[in-house]
Amino acid sequence: MTGFGEGKLMINIADGPTPGDAAPGDPALDDAALDDAALDGNAVGGLLIEVFGIEMTTATGVCGTCGAVSQVAELAVYLPGLGTVVRCRGCGSVLMVFVRVRGVICVDTEGLASLTPA
Amino acid sequence: MARTAVRGRLSWQTATVGAVVNQTPTARTLLLDVADWPGHRAGQHVDIRLTAEDGYQAERAYSIASAPGEPLAITVERLEDGEVSPYLTQESQPGDLLEVRGPIGGYFVWQPAFGGPLLLLAGGSGIVPLRAILRYRALLGSSVPTRLLYSSRRLEDVIYRDELSVRLEGLKVSYTLTRSQPAGWAGYARRVDEAMLADVAWPAADKPLAYVCGPTSFVEAAATGLVGLGYPPVRVRTERFGATGQ
Repeated sequence: MTGFGEGKLMINIADGPTPGDAAPGDPALDDAALDDAALDGNAVGGLLIEVFGIEMTTATGVCGTCGAVSQVAELAVYLPGLGTVVRCRGCGSVLMVFVRVRGVICVDTEGLASLTPA
Repeated sequence: MARTAVRGRLSWQTATVGAVVNQTPTARTLLLDVADWPGHRAGQHVDIRLTAEDGYQAERAYSIASAPGEPLAITVERLEDGEVSPYLTQESQPGDLLEVRGPIGGYFVWQPAFGGPLLLLAGGSGIVPLRAILRYRALLGSSVPTRLLYSSRRLEDVIYRDELSVRLEGLKVSYTLTRSQPAGWAGYARRVDEAMLADVAWPAADKPLAYVCGPTSFVEAAATGLVGLGYPPVRVRTERFGATGQ
């Protein structure tokens, strides 16, 4: 990660899945169907500022599974449970997971191909 | 580990509850006095954090109800099994302290440069950020053509009822009551569907900008309906809340 806090921030996850690995509608992804509990990325705006230090709901995320390009505010968010899960609205893949452990926020962005602030 | 607030970085601030106004039997507006509040945009939200005596903390996101330039206010709808909303709607009193982080969000916001015509679709307390947009519009003396469709269960659940009944140039307000309607009710009486949207919404050819806020099921139905009417998805901004997001 380079350039943090000095203009453009771009996160590339080299080991993550490659866009196009699985198509929307892939039977393997059917279990991940979004349900009524889903909020959207607005709901984690505060958490994202805590993690990244800047407004991120207008950041552009690219799904590492289907390649869908979305603003973070448009992604599906699940708040309850042990952590916060952010999924792609296109294919349901998990893009980001946030878990707070003894005051430290652990972040997994492996499902994203990239995340670029506005 | 003690944390020091870094200058310029958003962090939790203490807010003092000012006036409280009960809007409906279950919704209350709280004015929040935050030292050095940086101001906010219409449609943004704040996170509110409560700490119990045993140290347990709960935080929730609430839309800002006031227009840019007005003192910070939130309107909270009580959820019976909620952790935060029962306190805010029933117990909080002027002078109480709570923690606030914000303003947050850059997607579900409106500013005059975005123009219109505006289509605002509210489900339940989803009216709150749209009310901030409407107040901002009024404060600016803007006459950008605006239509609001507000879905509530019952008439007594309609938040900002008096305020929304004030006639403003270029603003048309429609209601639908999904659960019960008073005698002689002239508004809609069902959940929002594409036929209702076809009645109320600007034609897609007018290139309207739509803001949709409410429970997830409401937003899905409304946004899908608008896209069915030819609205490009990028012109339909959505904000969902659920039982856990309040």
